[in-house]
Amino acid sequence: MSTASYREAVRAAMRKALRDDPRVFLMGEDVGRYGGAFAVSKGLLEELGPDRIRDTPLSESGFVGAGIGAALGGMRPIVEVMTVNFSLLCLDQIVNNAATLRHMSGGQVNVPVLIRMATGAGKQVAAQHSHSFENWYASVPGLKVLAAGTVQDAYDMVLAGLEDPDPVVLFETMVLYNMEGELDEEASSLDVWHARVRREGSDVSLITYGSSLPKTLKAAELLAIDGIVAEVLDLRSLRPLDTEAIVRTVSKTHRAVIVDETYRSGSLAAEVCARIGENAFYELDAPVERVCTVEVPIPYPKHLEDAALPQPERIAEAAKRTLQRGG
Amino acid sequence: MGLTRDHALELLHQMVRIRRLEEKAAELYSAGKIRGFLHLYIGEEAVAVGAMSALRPDEAVVATYREHGHALVRGLSATAVLAEMYGKVSGCSRGRGGSMHFFCPEARFYGGNAIVGGGFPLAVGLALADKMQGRRRVTACFFGDGATDEGEFCESMNLAALWKLPVLFLCENNQYSMGTALARHAADVELTHRPMAFGIPAEKVDGMDVVAVERAVRYEAESVREQGTPRFLEMVTYRYRAHSMYDAELYRDKAEVAEWKERDPIALFVARATEAELIEDADVDAIEQEVAAEVARAVEEAEAAEWETLEDLTRNVVAREVP
Repeated sequence: MSTASYREAVRAAMRKALRDDPRVFLMGEDVGRYGGAFAVSKGLLEELGPDRIRDTPLSESGFVGAGIGAALGGMRPIVEVMTVNFSLLCLDQIVNNAATLRHMSGGQVNVPVLIRMATGAGKQVAAQHSHSFENWYASVPGLKVLAAGTVQDAYDMVLAGLEDPDPVVLFETMVLYNMEGELDEEASSLDVWHARVRREGSDVSLITYGSSLPKTLKAAELLAIDGIVAEVLDLRSLRPLDTEAIVRTVSKTHRAVIVDETYRSGSLAAEVCARIGENAFYELDAPVERVCTVEVPIPYPKHLEDAALPQPERIAEAAKRTLQRGG
Repeated sequence: MGLTRDHALELLHQMVRIRRLEEKAAELYSAGKIRGFLHLYIGEEAVAVGAMSALRPDEAVVATYREHGHALVRGLSATAVLAEMYGKVSGCSRGRGGSMHFFCPEARFYGGNAIVGGGFPLAVGLALADKMQGRRRVTACFFGDGATDEGEFCESMNLAALWKLPVLFLCENNQYSMGTALARHAADVELTHRPMAFGIPAEKVDGMDVVAVERAVRYEAESVREQGTPRFLEMVTYRYRAHSMYDAELYRDKAEVAEWKERDPIALFVARATEAELIEDADVDAIEQEVAAEVARAVEEAEAAEWETLEDLTRNVVAREVP
C-alpha cells in the first residue's frame, strides 16, 4: 500500500500490462515523446521503445480503428484518445466497428481493445474541451464502459479493461489526474464491474461515478454537519450498470440523488432514475433528484463554469429536498 | 495469355459462380426471401477473382458491403453466404449480419463493412498486428471510388505509410459513388494521385480483364510482402446492376451501361481463352452446369436451414457477460 496520484496509477497499470504481455501496446496523440497530454504515459517511451509506445497523427478515426483492427489481429491495444471531446471524431469506429463486429460476425471475432479517454470540465477550457459524454457510450450494446473515481480504480480499471475480451471504454477524469490516494498494487482486483458503497449512510443515497465522486463525497460531509447521514454509491461500471446495487441502496435509505456531469437531458442520471422507477418505486419516500450539468455549452469564465457543473453545495441541497419532501 | 488451362478454368469458374449466385440472389430478393440491402457485384467479377487468386490464404481481407464475390472466391461456401442473405443461423455470420456483413476468420475474411471508409483503419490495424508480431504478409483492403472521399482514407493512407505497414489498398473504381459519378464526386478523377501524396506507389489496371488484375495484384502483393510498405492499385470496372435493389438508376444512361457490357469480364475472358485454345465451348457448358447445381443446392440448403430462436436474441453482443 502506498500513496499515488490518479495519473501515476494509470501509468503504473499500463506499465505493468506492457511489461507482462507482449501483445499490449499504447498508441495515441502525443503519448510518446511528449509524455501524454496529461503526462499519463510519461517515461513509457524511454522504457519500452517506439514499437510499443506509438505517437499517432491527429487522426482519431484512423488510429482508433487501427486499434480495433490490431485487436482483430491478435494484439491487446491501449488506445488513448486525448479527451472525450475528440472521441466524437472516432465515434463511428467505436460504435459501428468495435461494438458491432462480434455480433455482426455471429460471435466469430472479438475486439479486445481498451480505449482510454479523459472526460469532464473544470479547467476553464471552454465548450469544445469540456464535455462529458459517458452516457452516449453507455447506451451502446457491445461496449463496456468504466469510469474511474478513485486512484485504486484508475489502476484496476486499466488492467481489467485489458483483460476483458470485449471493447472497453475507460473514462478518466481530467481534473482528477493530480488527486492523491491509496494504491495497493498487490491487492489489485479485476472486479471493477460492480458498484461500490464509498460511504455508508441511512438517510439518503447519493449515486454517482467518476468525475463527480469526490464532489459527492464532499457533499456527504456537508450533510453530516447538518446531521444527515448520506450513503454514497460509486457506480464504477456505466455499462453494464449495477442495477442491484442501485436498488439495494435505495431500499436502504428510501431517497436518492443522482449526480452526473453529463448534460441533464438523456443523462446517465436519467437512466439510473428510470431503473429506480422500474425496480424500486415502492421503496421511495420522495421523488428522485438529479444533479447534472446545466444545459449550456460549458462557458469559459470560472464563475459560470462552476455554476454549470454539479457542486457539493448543489448536491447537498438536492439531498435536503428529498428529506423535506418525503414522508 | 500466359495461363495454364487449369488456371484459366479456375478463373472462369469463380467468375461464373459469383454471377450466377448473384442473379439467383436478385431473384430471391424479388421473391421476398432476402430483405434489407442487397448490393450486387455483377460486372465487377474480374476484380475479386483476379485479386483473390494473387493473395495467400493466410493474408487478411477487408471488404465492403458489396462483398458477396470476395467472400465466395475467398472460400466461403455458396450455402454459407446465401443462408446469411436469408438470415438463417447456418449463414456465415449466423444470420446476424446479412448481405453486407459476411465474416470468416478462418479464411481471414474481416467483413463485410457497410460504413463507407470504415474498413480502412481496420486494415491498417490488422497490418500493424502482423508487423508487430513479425509476420510478413499482406492485408488486402478493398474499397470503392466513393470511399476515397472519406477522411478515413487519408488518415489510413498516412498511418500506413508513416508506420510502414503492409497494406495493399485495392480500389474498385466502378465509376459511381452510389449514384454520383466520379467526375461529380472527385475534384481530381485520377484516383492514383491521392495515395501518391502520401508517398504510396499507385498503379492502375483494367478491372474488366481478370488476367490483368491478377497479374497486377500479384506484383503489388509481392512488393508489399518484400518491402513491408503499403501500395495502392486502382482497378477500373463497372457495376451492371443497380446500386442496391432500391435504385431506379436515374443517374446514368442505358447507353453507357450497354457500352460497358460490351466489355463484360466473363465474355471477354471466354473469348480470349478460347482464342488462345485454353478452353473450348464444352468447358464453359460444364462450368455453367456445375455452378447451376451448386447454386440450386445452396438455395435448397438455405431454405431448409433453421432460424435462430428468439431466446438467443441477445447472444453474441459481448464475449463475456458481467456476472
